[in-house]
Amino acid sequence: MSAPVIWIFIPIIVGSASLLISRERVAAIVGGGTALILTGAALIVPIDEALGFGSFSLKVASSFQILGRNLTLESSEMPLLAILFGAAAVWFIGAESAGVARRLTPFGLIITGLLVGSIAVQPFLYAALLIELSVLAAVPLLLPSDQIPSRGVIRFLIYQTLGMPFILIAGWLSTGVEASPGDLALTVQSATMLGVGFAFLLAIFPTYSWIPLLMEDSSPYVVGFLLWLLPTATSILGMSFLDRYEWLRTSVQVIAALRVAGLVMVVSGGIWTAFQHHMGRLMAFAAVTETGFILLSLSLDSVTGLPIVFLLLIPRGLALAVWALSLSIIDSKKKSLRFPAVHGMARTYPLAAAGMILSALSMAGFPLLAGFPPRLALWSNLAQQSLSAGFWLLIGFLGLATGAIRMLAVLVTADEKTAWASEESWAQRGMLGIGIIGFLIFGLFPQIANPILDKLPLMFQHLGH
Amino acid sequence: MIVAIVSWTVVAGLLITSAGLLLYRDWRWGLALLVGQYAGVFWLVLQHWPLGMAAAKLVGGWMAAASLGITLLNLPQQADPVEKYWTQGRAFRLFMVGMAALLAAAAAPSIEAMLPGTGIPVAMGGILLTAMGLLQLGMTTQVLRVILGLLTALSGFEILYAAMEGSSLVAGLLVVVNLGLGLVGAYLLIVASAEKTE
Repeated sequence: MSAPVIWIFIPIIVGSASLLISRERVAAIVGGGTALILTGAALIVPIDEALGFGSFSLKVASSFQILGRNLTLESSEMPLLAILFGAAAVWFIGAESAGVARRLTPFGLIITGLLVGSIAVQPFLYAALLIELSVLAAVPLLLPSDQIPSRGVIRFLIYQTLGMPFILIAGWLSTGVEASPGDLALTVQSATMLGVGFAFLLAIFPTYSWIPLLMEDSSPYVVGFLLWLLPTATSILGMSFLDRYEWLRTSVQVIAALRVAGLVMVVSGGIWTAFQHHMGRLMAFAAVTETGFILLSLSLDSVTGLPIVFLLLIPRGLALAVWALSLSIIDSKKKSLRFPAVHGMARTYPLAAAGMILSALSMAGFPLLAGFPPRLALWSNLAQQSLSAGFWLLIGFLGLATGAIRMLAVLVTADEKTAWASEESWAQRGMLGIGIIGFLIFGLFPQIANPILDKLPLMFQHLGH
Repeated sequence: MIVAIVSWTVVAGLLITSAGLLLYRDWRWGLALLVGQYAGVFWLVLQHWPLGMAAAKLVGGWMAAASLGITLLNLPQQADPVEKYWTQGRAFRLFMVGMAALLAAAAAPSIEAMLPGTGIPVAMGGILLTAMGLLQLGMTTQVLRVILGLLTALSGFEILYAAMEGSSLVAGLLVVVNLGLGLVGAYLLIVASAEKTE
């Protein structure tokens, strides 16, 4: 038995088999259960060490050879797998409340398995191919068979597919730069290829137009799942590049490019968030700023930046999950998520409304909520290096906060005669309640995730050391 | 010498197939041109990869085309385009094809300089298909056209990448990506057609 078989092939096999499941609840239980078991295994199973059960002993090898290359999952990667599968379990269990479990469980497990494969594959730059396969698996997830292919899906497919060749060529060129560091032309070519590739994969301005389109046309819960998982895997690929190539890590221009791209994402995403009239698009642009925060964190020196990237991981997943679930609940009752259609919904769906507002406020860095500690760390570190960058980050935060306050105003402004009620189901109330408590716990006690987060930088040999 | 002549002939063939993909509206012609295009890709990839790996690319491409073809054959009649040619902007498309060919011819020596041993025909074929694929993607939002554009652009990239990387895993994954694109295209066509029928 090897680690890649457990955390890559088992989810893909279970996901493929669960395509046969016809009941929402069974699909949610299978998906959530599988992900929870894999989370537990990532936390307790030692890699490359014998695990004794009485007279039996089991050793989980770290590598699995396939077509002459290795898939390797070291023990240093186990905390990340625990976070990925733990969060995936939450998404799969919540999928029943959103009414998409039969779609999300199979394709979600397959996508998660492929993206873990992208973390495991050696050489790491082949990860781009596995990310592309997960993008292909995401198309039927985004587009149920009773819905016309939208511009968003087509654009998502095109942009994500175009990213792959650029990353592969950049990887090849980067090796050349390493061999001859003085070759300026090669360095520029390699950095350009890398920049374009990641611009497509991470949906960096201006290639993020598919995100709001998808949020309008597809299930918000499904899009939220992808907006959480895909940028996470792509960011790890980006960090692997920084870790592997010293010329990238030490290049002033690359760091400056990361900072500019991050600021453009945060400012443009924040400003667009402030002016949206559609709940889904509002979440889409808030998600765009999240990618900006990751890029800004990477632009700090690696010792402070890398822990912030990982600190963003859990609040980001929590905010997207709660927001997406809340939107799905309202989406299932209303024909449109435009502001006029959802006026006063807080009276009839108070928990869903609270979920959306708290998610938006958490993403804006509102104190006492989960998003506050990483944003404060990012803002203070960034401002120490560049006051103007700190100012622009503030503009992004203000945009996000404006969007959240406008949403609050729309949701609570109702006819006085409308009675208060809670029309969410018990399962929905339970999931939203846990999420809302999660915001407060991670906001008030961010250190509770430290036992896992502290180990994440060990995945990289050079970054964070 | 013979290899070089065949390679240049193949590049000319790729120009015809990719230009045809851009100009023809009939899906039958489109898929036939795609099948021919993969044969050309096979030859250029064969310059750097062993026969088995290059053949895998050919078979993968043909399977992607077959999945699209079988899907389109089984779709209701109204999904078929009536016109054989794009009725508008044909001159513009031809002009753009010329520009792409010019770009490929101009850039091929630089690629050969960057990747010694690639061969000018291989470099030119790779750039040509990439440019034509991107051109196709920039001109349409129709599902079949988008998939053909992506397959064409990826074919161009694969020709160039074969000169850089000879890993079996990469070859295998790229075949799966091509096949996956074909299957995703088939799914999108079915979904779009179901909506039209309703």
